[in-house]
Amino acid sequence: MRSLALLVLAAAVGEAAALGAAPARAPAAASLRPAREDAEEAVAVAVAVALPRSADPAAVEAAGDEAHGDASSHHQHGGGYKIVQWEWSYVQTPYIIAIWILVASVAKILFHFSQRVTTVVPESCLLILLGLVLGGVVLIASKKQLYQLDPGLFFLFLLPTIVGDAGYFMPSRLFFDNLGAILMYAVVGTLWNAFCTGFCLYGMKLAGVIGELFLLFGALISAVDPVAVLAVFEEVHVNETLFIIVFGESLLNDAVTVVLYKVYISFVEVGPGNVQTADYFKGVASFLIVSIGGTMVGLIFAVILAFITRFTKRVRIIEPLFVFLLVYLAYLTAELFSLSAILSMTFCGIGTKKYVEANISQKSRTTVKYTMKTLASIAETIIFIFLGISAVDKSKWAWDTGLISCTLIFIFVFRALGVVGQTWVLNWFRLVPLEKIDQVVMSYGGLRGAVAFALVVLLDGKQVKAKDYFVATTIVVVFFTVMFQGLTIKPLVKWLKVPRSTNRKPTLNEEIHERAFDHILAAVEDIAGLNGYHHWRDKWEQFDKNYLSKLLMRKSVYHKGELWEVYQKINIRDAISVIDQGGNVLTSARLSLPSMASRTSFSDVTNVTSYLRENGSGVCLDLQVIDPVSGGKLEEETETHHLLTGNLYKPRRRYHAHYSRHFMTMGDKERQDREVFQRNMRSRLESFKSTRYKGKTRALVPIDPVVAPLESEEEKSEDEPEKDDDVGITFFDVYLACCCLTSIAVPGTLEVCQSPAVIPPSPTCAEKHLPWKGGGGTLPVCVSMETTKIIPIDLQQAWNQSISSLESLASPPAPAEPQHPRVRTLVSEPFTDVHYSCKNMTKKIYKTSMLNCNLGFTYFYTCTTCVFLPHA
Amino acid sequence: MIMFFSSPSDVKNNGHRRFFPYCHIILIPRGVSGHESGGITTFFARRFHHVTDHSCAIIMGSGDSTLSKIPNVEELMEETGFSPAHVVRLYERFQALDKSKKGQLSRKDFESIKELATNPIRDRIIGAFFAQGQEMVDFHTFVRILAHFRPVDKNRPKKANMQEPVNSRTSKLRFAFQLYDQDNDGKISRNELLQVLRTMLEMQVTDEQLESIADRTIQEADLDGDNAISFDEFRKSLEKVNIDHKMSIRFLR
Repeated sequence: MRSLALLVLAAAVGEAAALGAAPARAPAAASLRPAREDAEEAVAVAVAVALPRSADPAAVEAAGDEAHGDASSHHQHGGGYKIVQWEWSYVQTPYIIAIWILVASVAKILFHFSQRVTTVVPESCLLILLGLVLGGVVLIASKKQLYQLDPGLFFLFLLPTIVGDAGYFMPSRLFFDNLGAILMYAVVGTLWNAFCTGFCLYGMKLAGVIGELFLLFGALISAVDPVAVLAVFEEVHVNETLFIIVFGESLLNDAVTVVLYKVYISFVEVGPGNVQTADYFKGVASFLIVSIGGTMVGLIFAVILAFITRFTKRVRIIEPLFVFLLVYLAYLTAELFSLSAILSMTFCGIGTKKYVEANISQKSRTTVKYTMKTLASIAETIIFIFLGISAVDKSKWAWDTGLISCTLIFIFVFRALGVVGQTWVLNWFRLVPLEKIDQVVMSYGGLRGAVAFALVVLLDGKQVKAKDYFVATTIVVVFFTVMFQGLTIKPLVKWLKVPRSTNRKPTLNEEIHERAFDHILAAVEDIAGLNGYHHWRDKWEQFDKNYLSKLLMRKSVYHKGELWEVYQKINIRDAISVIDQGGNVLTSARLSLPSMASRTSFSDVTNVTSYLRENGSGVCLDLQVIDPVSGGKLEEETETHHLLTGNLYKPRRRYHAHYSRHFMTMGDKERQDREVFQRNMRSRLESFKSTRYKGKTRALVPIDPVVAPLESEEEKSEDEPEKDDDVGITFFDVYLACCCLTSIAVPGTLEVCQSPAVIPPSPTCAEKHLPWKGGGGTLPVCVSMETTKIIPIDLQQAWNQSISSLESLASPPAPAEPQHPRVRTLVSEPFTDVHYSCKNMTKKIYKTSMLNCNLGFTYFYTCTTCVFLPHA
Repeated sequence: MIMFFSSPSDVKNNGHRRFFPYCHIILIPRGVSGHESGGITTFFARRFHHVTDHSCAIIMGSGDSTLSKIPNVEELMEETGFSPAHVVRLYERFQALDKSKKGQLSRKDFESIKELATNPIRDRIIGAFFAQGQEMVDFHTFVRILAHFRPVDKNRPKKANMQEPVNSRTSKLRFAFQLYDQDNDGKISRNELLQVLRTMLEMQVTDEQLESIADRTIQEADLDGDNAISFDEFRKSLEKVNIDHKMSIRFLR
């Protein structure tokens, strides 16, 4: 840790000092005076962004000298060319920021090396400690504290990233289910905390403890902090209701905090004596405007954002940008009108998510998710580190034991009292009353954090004389709540046996039945004549379906069922989990998909999965062949590659990987891929014909029509046929993958069935992209991670195929089920034949195909890696 | 002024909230006619839903005779766990729905509820009120069906020989199950599931999409491989769902 800190120092300060000295040539004092001042100013600005409270004179000096030096050298040499130039002042700001982010990220990695530490100590604690250490190092090295959590930076950049993430990924159903409670705690609770803490501190003052303006202090210290709550509660995993109440409160109390803070500040400015009664009413009005206005701004931006994403079909690449921009603009706009920015951003995120997620492509969705999470995570890390660093500087705060201990006690006591009181009232109205243990956790989870700190730093030291005391107290309170309470809340939750969240994704059954429940409840409320929550929710959903979604969603998406989306998502999830289970799907003889969690045992032999398992021993042989354990691995692989090169489809036209900034499509390839596909199917069919009389050998791959994403259908119906990039790729990958996999499994085929008729399938596009395929004749012997992972799946498939081939022998071909047009267009004649034989699958086989369907998505992922990585 | 007391033993411990459990004093200005005061007392009775039968009788004695109109009201409350205030409210609703004033509701009466018109599974829910072969629903059945959706009360003392309360987890699930299982054979067949899905999703998805959803659903829940979901399988598939929360509504008092 220490070396890390020193590294930072070297980068941020040392380099400037050390290297600044070097170019200090020929100081022509008089002529350089203005230049020097300019440079100093520039540096001061730059450094100000990088948060040094008072720029280190050495550094500024050095930087100034350096700029000065540059200027002078230009003067002297008349623009003579310098081979290498030292441009520190030019890159300083971004450099320092980048270094800090690097430090924060590396720190995170280091923490997670030790599993034991991070399970006990929350990351936020560790980060604060690290900040303390770093701050100490900086202090020792430069005698002055350079860095501090700057309120401007915090409110304009760090906080929005966290709030944006929180708002966008807020589980909206849960949020609105508990909105009443959340609002209650956020508004009443915060007011209660602020006034009680303020007045009690004031009382303490009367009793002799130093201080003033306690109401102001009470206001800023009373709000539960979203950053701290997120950081701590995410690791505790309490049940969702509890989490959403505490977290929702921490977000929505922003309006109260903002208003109280501003009102008090203005009172301070006016002077306590001049406050009139009207001002109090203004305060109330201001609260309404700030909160409702903030929400409205957020919702307006939500509508704009959703509407924009309706039309990004052809510029998929900038879809994620719109999300970030408009959500951030919602924050800034609210800030512009001094409304509640957090409320604005939260509601923008909550309101827009449904439509945006429906409109943008799968890849954009992933991008948005990862970028938001990355930014939020790094912002959180930086906030905690800087909280630690800021605490080291003694010059800015003054210790007052009485004030600090009183504040700590009051905060805790009033939080507990407030929670108990409000819960008592709330439980009158709640369907699910909040239990005592919930109340304990809620009281204990009232963490204070960076928002309070930033607000207290913002105070004007001239007007608020006790600012230094307040800063110290706030730091202690924040540290105490984040570190002590954060550290102990986990054991507490365990000890109290608070129901934990399971972090389990709902199964399809649950999704469907819960939808039905919603309808049932709405109907029952209507019948019983109660205009309750479900009634209004139902009304809203009707409105949303009839008007909002029509306005904000693409036609193609609008006409697609939500449940269908869910269904696809579940399939993808299963597929991923199959991949994650890696090579031991079959060897370990347990294939468990998350959606099948309820299935504890495969008791019935008619079950395909168990059938697979029972007959899995033969398959294991295959696996052994490829397993690295056997010494023959290298040999096998060489053989594979020979085999593959021998039978590879030689594309008639080599196409070049072309670069496009705007599209990630495979446009040109389409035709070729289709050809590859058709060839594959043909060869597969031949192999099927030849093997179908040989019992359990591998045959065709029954490609389930379900695999094919059906989006394109609706897209076609629009003005002009156009291709949704994603869809194309998904579909493409599905069949591509089948080919790819089969080809990889070739050695297995040879081992087990010894059927010469099994024609190794032709190559695939993925192969063309695989690095070792490029060189034509020379084949480096290697099997990528993907392939080793995939093989077992393919083997499963092989079994499915063999079963289906048996079945097809037994019964005459049935008429094919209606297929998706897209599939139909792509499927060549032989494939349709194949399809016929697949179609009379009994239930067993159907399950198999469902499995295949899952696998189809598996391919999607692996193949995207294969296909896209070389491009990237 | 009306005062009514209830002794501690009277207080039915059926709710989690007890507001001044032993004594209720309600001041009604003089000159308020019997009918109005009845309204007021009913109002208060709604506030304190745990008001016991005994004290309730006092309220009723003071003018509101709604409860006394209902036959076997005590039995009904005992069975369903509704408070008198609930029952009164539901009775008012029942009468409002009962256009023909015969004390029974027909299918038409249900169908005329405006809000229900948009509910996709309206017919099934209305059907749930009618026992097999029955054309009319009387008040008792009406209340009994609605009682399925009463939140589970945790601290209600369990009586030894009592049958399973109508708002238990199992009966809630049973109710939902029967909405799917229209032919009452104890199983949700693929077809039955498809029908429900189709009504819920309306025209949004194609038939084959629906079928694949249905197949997947059955595959997920089906443990014995009969390509249908029995009640046990249904219950198992919803094992992790908090049915008490998701199948309850807050009955206004």
